[in-house]
Amino acid sequence: MTQFLIAVGVVLFLVILFTVLRILKLLNVARGTDKKYASTGNKVNAMLFMVFLVVMGGLMTWYSIAEFDKYDPAVASEHGVVTDRLFWITMAVTGFIFILTHILLFYFSYRYQYKETSKALFYPDNSKLEVIWTVIPAIVLAVLVFSGWKAWTDITAKAPDDSEIIEIMGYQFAWTVRYPGTDEQLGEYDYRLIDAQNIWGMDFTDKASFDDLTVSSGEFHVPKGKPVLLKIRARDVLHSVYIPEFRLKQDAVPGMPTRFWFTATKTTEEMREELGDPDFNYNVFCTEVCGRAHFSMRLRFVVDEPEDYEAWKAERKPWLQGNPDYLAKVPSDLKDLAMVSAGIEEQNKVEAEKIN
Amino acid sequence: MATANIEHAVEHDHVHEEEHHHGNFITTYIFSQDHKMIAKQYLISGILWAFLGGLLSIIFRLQLGFPEMDMSFLKPFLGGWISETGSLDPEFYLALVTMHGTIMVFFVLTAGLSGTFSNFLIPLQIGARDMASGFMNMLSYWFFFLASVIMLSSLFLETGPAAGGWVVYPPLSALPQAIQGSGMGMTLWLVAMVFFIASTLLGGINYITTIINLRTKGMSFARLPLTIWAFFLTAIIGLLSFPVLVAAALLLVFDRSFGTSFYLSEIFINGEALPNIGGSPILYQHLFWFLGHPEVYIVLLPALGITSEIIATNSRKPIFGYRAMIGSMLGITILSFVVWAHHMFVSGLNPFLGSIFMFLTLIIAVPSAVKVFNYLTTLWKGNIRFTTAMMFSIGLVSVFISGGLTGIFLGNSAIDIQLHDTYFVVAHFHLVMGSASFFGLMAGVYHWFPKMFGRMMDKGLGYVHFWLTFAGIYLVFFPMHYIGIAGFPRRYYSFTTFDPFGAFTDLNMFISIAAILTFFGQLVFAYNFFNSIFRGRLAPLNPWKSNTLEWTTPRNPGHGNWPGEIPTVYRWPYDYSKPGAPEDYIPQTVPFSETPESNLPYENESIGIEREGEKTEKMDEPHAK
Repeated sequence: MTQFLIAVGVVLFLVILFTVLRILKLLNVARGTDKKYASTGNKVNAMLFMVFLVVMGGLMTWYSIAEFDKYDPAVASEHGVVTDRLFWITMAVTGFIFILTHILLFYFSYRYQYKETSKALFYPDNSKLEVIWTVIPAIVLAVLVFSGWKAWTDITAKAPDDSEIIEIMGYQFAWTVRYPGTDEQLGEYDYRLIDAQNIWGMDFTDKASFDDLTVSSGEFHVPKGKPVLLKIRARDVLHSVYIPEFRLKQDAVPGMPTRFWFTATKTTEEMREELGDPDFNYNVFCTEVCGRAHFSMRLRFVVDEPEDYEAWKAERKPWLQGNPDYLAKVPSDLKDLAMVSAGIEEQNKVEAEKIN
Repeated sequence: MATANIEHAVEHDHVHEEEHHHGNFITTYIFSQDHKMIAKQYLISGILWAFLGGLLSIIFRLQLGFPEMDMSFLKPFLGGWISETGSLDPEFYLALVTMHGTIMVFFVLTAGLSGTFSNFLIPLQIGARDMASGFMNMLSYWFFFLASVIMLSSLFLETGPAAGGWVVYPPLSALPQAIQGSGMGMTLWLVAMVFFIASTLLGGINYITTIINLRTKGMSFARLPLTIWAFFLTAIIGLLSFPVLVAAALLLVFDRSFGTSFYLSEIFINGEALPNIGGSPILYQHLFWFLGHPEVYIVLLPALGITSEIIATNSRKPIFGYRAMIGSMLGITILSFVVWAHHMFVSGLNPFLGSIFMFLTLIIAVPSAVKVFNYLTTLWKGNIRFTTAMMFSIGLVSVFISGGLTGIFLGNSAIDIQLHDTYFVVAHFHLVMGSASFFGLMAGVYHWFPKMFGRMMDKGLGYVHFWLTFAGIYLVFFPMHYIGIAGFPRRYYSFTTFDPFGAFTDLNMFISIAAILTFFGQLVFAYNFFNSIFRGRLAPLNPWKSNTLEWTTPRNPGHGNWPGEIPTVYRWPYDYSKPGAPEDYIPQTVPFSETPESNLPYENESIGIEREGEKTEKMDEPHAK
């Protein structure tokens, strides 16, 4: 019933609008005022520009201030603080220009509306003015560019030597993470070795793979205060690693590994405190369209104090230990090493003791 | 009595038309080589495509603003794309987004804007009978029509149209097993685009050749209206950049159908390791954006040219800084070719390239700023008449400022890390390109409608259309900045899956409602436009009291535009409110010898040259004029 009434209301409104406009037009024709160069409509429109300036400007100002905490995201990485500063400086500069030019635009429209008695000023050019308002924006932009360039070269520089290396791989439609294990070396991989179990295509002819450990569900961990180098890959289409609170983003490209390094500055606990939200969690999101479930592709992670992180890592079992059938892929001369590196021997001993 | 005069004029016109129009539908429309007819064909096509593109956006805005909504009422139109539970298929959502972008950027704002106004105005404003090659012009529309049919048909495929975003990056767009739309839908997209690009190139060659070669006597480059400069530079950009998209598309066709590996390498998908090795998706991005960035200036420059002309005419003032306007358009043209990789800062690109492209991108902001300041100064101390066209032009300056300023954030690579692929980008390009060019299109239609159809559009409906659209645009796209700053990614089917993004449900609903209202507001324009073609009040010869040449043709110019000689041009088109002149405008066809009271000193010197010119004419043509 309500929908019907709304429809009737809309139709009625349109009919009234059209009728009023038609009557106004016919009146104009009858009076001969439609021959006038600028009618009352001109004055109304001029006034509306000022109204628009005040109302829209007011709305934008109100929302920008009132809802600031809602749209200003928390920052939790070292470089994130730098890019945020750049953002807000740029906002101050562009905001000022936005307000100034719009006041001029709408005020001039109103102030210089057509008057029979006025004549426009024949003012075709002024070279000095052109130079001034070419040079000043150029200087402002140069300053912004230079500070951006400094930040960019720092962020994209080579990761520090002592960085914690973590590999993150995107595929339709999830993220999965691989750690290099105690040898601190990620094993080689080959996409032709990928199967339903070995989703990373880990190459077990490379001894560095034996102690690699992986996380595909639940959450992975990352240390606070220590540089972390994310090695990013994708195995089917383009994906993109995006961690909003770290101001971190880099595409994951099939066939071309990419990277991004960062240093986290707030643990999950600390963020929960800061936001007053006990359910807060860090997430990796996908931000390059990759298909059907692009919008739901995410992996939760936890930022730990360094000791907690090491403890968490120590508890994890190497992938090979949980998937001993892949020992078959290990070359015979490395089998013993594999058993040891993956802790399989240890495990077997433990099992044996249990039985005994 | 006014009525009787009008009736008489109509009869007179009718008789005239009967005498000259022997053709039938096929010869008058399909095989027309008249630039004015082709322009109108582009315009109508553009308007129809705009409604379709807008409709697609309404559907996906319904999904974003009302995620719980039962969309079963759309089943009659969308069939299986609405599930049993009444929700929109996520792959179709991506297809809608892709087609919305493709349609709006190419079919509406390139074909509908350049195709219409370059075709209509170039011969009329430079004083030519028609384009250099009417035949190529006709072909250009045919190819566009063919491209339109193919692109439209892809919407009805069972596997759906292309769905990889309007940029259709591989490997997603190369692998049908990655997303349904990359099957036949993507094939049809590529075929349609190749024909579309052929159409654009045919048109562009015509525009450039005509402007260089067919200007009437006295029409030097320095006396061209800014619209023509804009169309000229736009055509040059198009000619140089569109072929690269053909290259990108061709390599994609090869990867999809002929087993090559230009863009593909080391892919495991659907349980299968593909044989391709050695390609790079980044190659596609470079090739695509080499067109993609100049494309946005192809979309924008004509709108800026149209705005210059309309603001000057309706402020009754010369455009401020004519030469600076040309210089800035030239600067934008050249720079547009060297900034493309600012779309690729986080693509895995070598960071050194990122630095270079950041420098170049921020340079391009300077000529754009100069143009804005010149517009503002043109308004200053003018005597402004608010025609609907003028209002859309002022609106264009506003959205151009808003959208252009956010470009400064995005061009800075360090800041772009956070903002790339978020709604901040969506807000940016919808304001600076979508709205600015759309306003340019509207301004052009309202301003040149009397010349195209010999009738006036309704003023009141025009004002209503403008205010609804202007307010609507800001209410739709300004809030997206906040959502983008908060970090929301683009091309997301739903926001409510994850907590941090669920916070903006209300704002999303607001945006969707505003979008729906703005879309319906365009129906006011559609009614006004189509109704006025048949029942609009007959237009005077020069309704806006403008100086340019098109207003010296008859109310309904026939083939060849001027019934007699093409007029000679003596001055630039911006002699408005010249001190000393009896009226507040002096058309380009008025010699300096006739306006001694308002001539500037150097213009008085031209009188001697004019007299020389006349003498030579009399010697060349022994028959009396």
